[in-house]
Amino acid sequence: MSILVDRDTKVLVQGLGKTGQFHTDKAIAYGTQMVGAVHPSRAGEVVRFEGDTDHSGVSGRDDTYSVDLPVFATMREAVAGTGANASVVYVPPPFAADAIMEAAAAGIELVVAITEGIPVGDMVEVKRYLADKPTRLIGPNCPGVITPGECKIGIMPGYIHQRGRIGVVSRSGTLTYEAVHQLTVTGLGQTTAVGIGGDPVNGTNFLDVLRMFEDDPETEGVVMIGEIGGTAEEEASEFVAKQMSKPVAGFIAGTTAPAGKRMGHAGAIVSGGRGTAKAKIAAMTEAGIAIAQTPSDMGEAMVRALG
Amino acid sequence: MKIHEYQAKHLMAERGIPVPTGHLATTVDEAVAAVRPLIAESGNPVVVVKSQIHAGGRGKGTFKEHPDVRGVNVVTAGVDGGPEAAEEAVRDLAGKMLGSTLVTVQTGPEGKVVNRLYLEQGIDIARELYLAVLLDRAVGRNIVMASTEGGMEIEKVAAETPEKILREEIDPAIGLADFQARELSYGLGLDDEAVKNFAPFVEALDRAATELDTDLIEINPLVVTADGRVMALDGKMAFDDNALFRHPDVAAMRDGSEEDPAELEAKKSGLNYIKLDGTIGCLVNGAGLAMATMDTIKHVGAEPANFLDVGGGADEEQVTTAFQIIMSDPNVKGIFVNIFGGIMRCDVIASGIVAAVKKVGLGVPLVVRLEGTNVEMGKRIIEDSGLDVVSADSLKDGAEKIVELAR
Repeated sequence: MSILVDRDTKVLVQGLGKTGQFHTDKAIAYGTQMVGAVHPSRAGEVVRFEGDTDHSGVSGRDDTYSVDLPVFATMREAVAGTGANASVVYVPPPFAADAIMEAAAAGIELVVAITEGIPVGDMVEVKRYLADKPTRLIGPNCPGVITPGECKIGIMPGYIHQRGRIGVVSRSGTLTYEAVHQLTVTGLGQTTAVGIGGDPVNGTNFLDVLRMFEDDPETEGVVMIGEIGGTAEEEASEFVAKQMSKPVAGFIAGTTAPAGKRMGHAGAIVSGGRGTAKAKIAAMTEAGIAIAQTPSDMGEAMVRALG
Repeated sequence: MKIHEYQAKHLMAERGIPVPTGHLATTVDEAVAAVRPLIAESGNPVVVVKSQIHAGGRGKGTFKEHPDVRGVNVVTAGVDGGPEAAEEAVRDLAGKMLGSTLVTVQTGPEGKVVNRLYLEQGIDIARELYLAVLLDRAVGRNIVMASTEGGMEIEKVAAETPEKILREEIDPAIGLADFQARELSYGLGLDDEAVKNFAPFVEALDRAATELDTDLIEINPLVVTADGRVMALDGKMAFDDNALFRHPDVAAMRDGSEEDPAELEAKKSGLNYIKLDGTIGCLVNGAGLAMATMDTIKHVGAEPANFLDVGGGADEEQVTTAFQIIMSDPNVKGIFVNIFGGIMRCDVIASGIVAAVKKVGLGVPLVVRLEGTNVEMGKRIIEDSGLDVVSADSLKDGAEKIVELAR
């Protein structure tokens, strides 16, 4: 079954600049149902995307694709004109929070915010704004969400994925690709891979995604990839211990990170002695999560946990 | 981004948050010149001379060159001896403090050179409290933290007497409410006069935090004076780097001398670099993968020399800059390049590495692990280059190889 996105998901792209256009092209090549774009200064345009099909994506398609995307000025018009139920945000940091809220106001059920660099204060407001809306936000500062063979929303390379039995949830981008690659190579594959992003305030956390994987009949186990900063992994561990029946394997990055320094991701910082890799690994181990010692062992840890 | 105490107090004063009167001094003469105006303005003959560095623990810290001089000095000479005596004492202190190296629990043993002093009026302190506004990640909102245990390390208070830390969550829709300010002031046991002054103080602090996009505003101690006034005796502010684009006045307060020059240079090239103490240089795409690479190096028995994330689009110029920065660290005995190319193509990074190595000239072993888009092409480019580069198949394999070669 997978979670969050599938072949029926209809996606709008918010922000059709260089980055947005590049990744929209890759998504269409993969077979994602991109149905339109919102970019106020380009409203009224129809943008053609064409090229060679990425056959690692949705099966049964021609070797080439050619798709015309209408560009709208507002999300409300775009939803009315396309029936979209999801959006992906590539809007630059000063305007990204506004774009997320616009999507929520237009009734979008799933917003995936790729943008890195949104001010924390803006995300605090976004969280408040979304509290009474039907919108689930993934991110920001995340690589996106992918259900292999059905729908790819974000910047991850589709071809390393293979549809299978393991759910993946991660705060990182390229470190996630390591895990996905190993799961593909071992033949376990993925049901859905979710990047929740590296920011301190985000829309969806480990706990939320683990719950979804627990309820997904296709997912048999979960790999969770965390890092220093905050207490999301500890909260997730409590859920795993008390309410999760499926096996979980994990890796925590940042054991060697010095205290007080932001390690790339805005949320990757040990402050006031809290948010250390050690504490997270301890909490996860206590919850029965199989810990990989190095990123090269994540696939093997999942095999171990599946028993 | 961090700023100095005097800058934080300036920002607070601008927003109607009471702070003691103070003057910045970068020379001994400037420090002495500040004494009489301070005494005259405040009517208080006591003057405080404070080192301005980004680290805390200044009060207890001492100078390498003058171990009998502390980072913060309360000058009482003026009480009996009048302004001349105060000026004498300040001249002597400032002469010893400026240009000297202050060592505190937070600076590390190498300490920090003090280039700026803040001269402040003496305050009649009745009580010392703690007050801060910061993000609570678990709820995704700012909170106000307050405690009667001012002038102490708050982490110690949190560990030993957590019940003494009051907490109010701020709803972003309305900011800190009046009733919340009242709850805090009752929890702090303030008397009536102080209660009247505390509410506007803490509400202004909350507004400042939101307006300025701070990561943290910490006032330790927050003092209550004998006549019930509430004032920030110390002030620490740190800002969300992601928000600086909309605060050019704050961005202008950056003190380059407080930052590592290599880290600054890297930032200019769009690279994320943090210097560490080890011997294995790292060059990776992606922050999580970069951290994991450092961790794996430690796991196989060596220490990483740095964190370096080249980001999603490293071109030849950036890769060259990255190598130059890593090589500028004399501790580096080997370099490990670990790339998982998604959008980034392995052939592009391989060409970049070859060009960079030819330009910079390594002198230490180099292990390259490539995976992802165009990996075979990338590996071939490295092989055909004729350079002395060792290939690795996995992250662990690469880490093991570089640690062995760098021995």
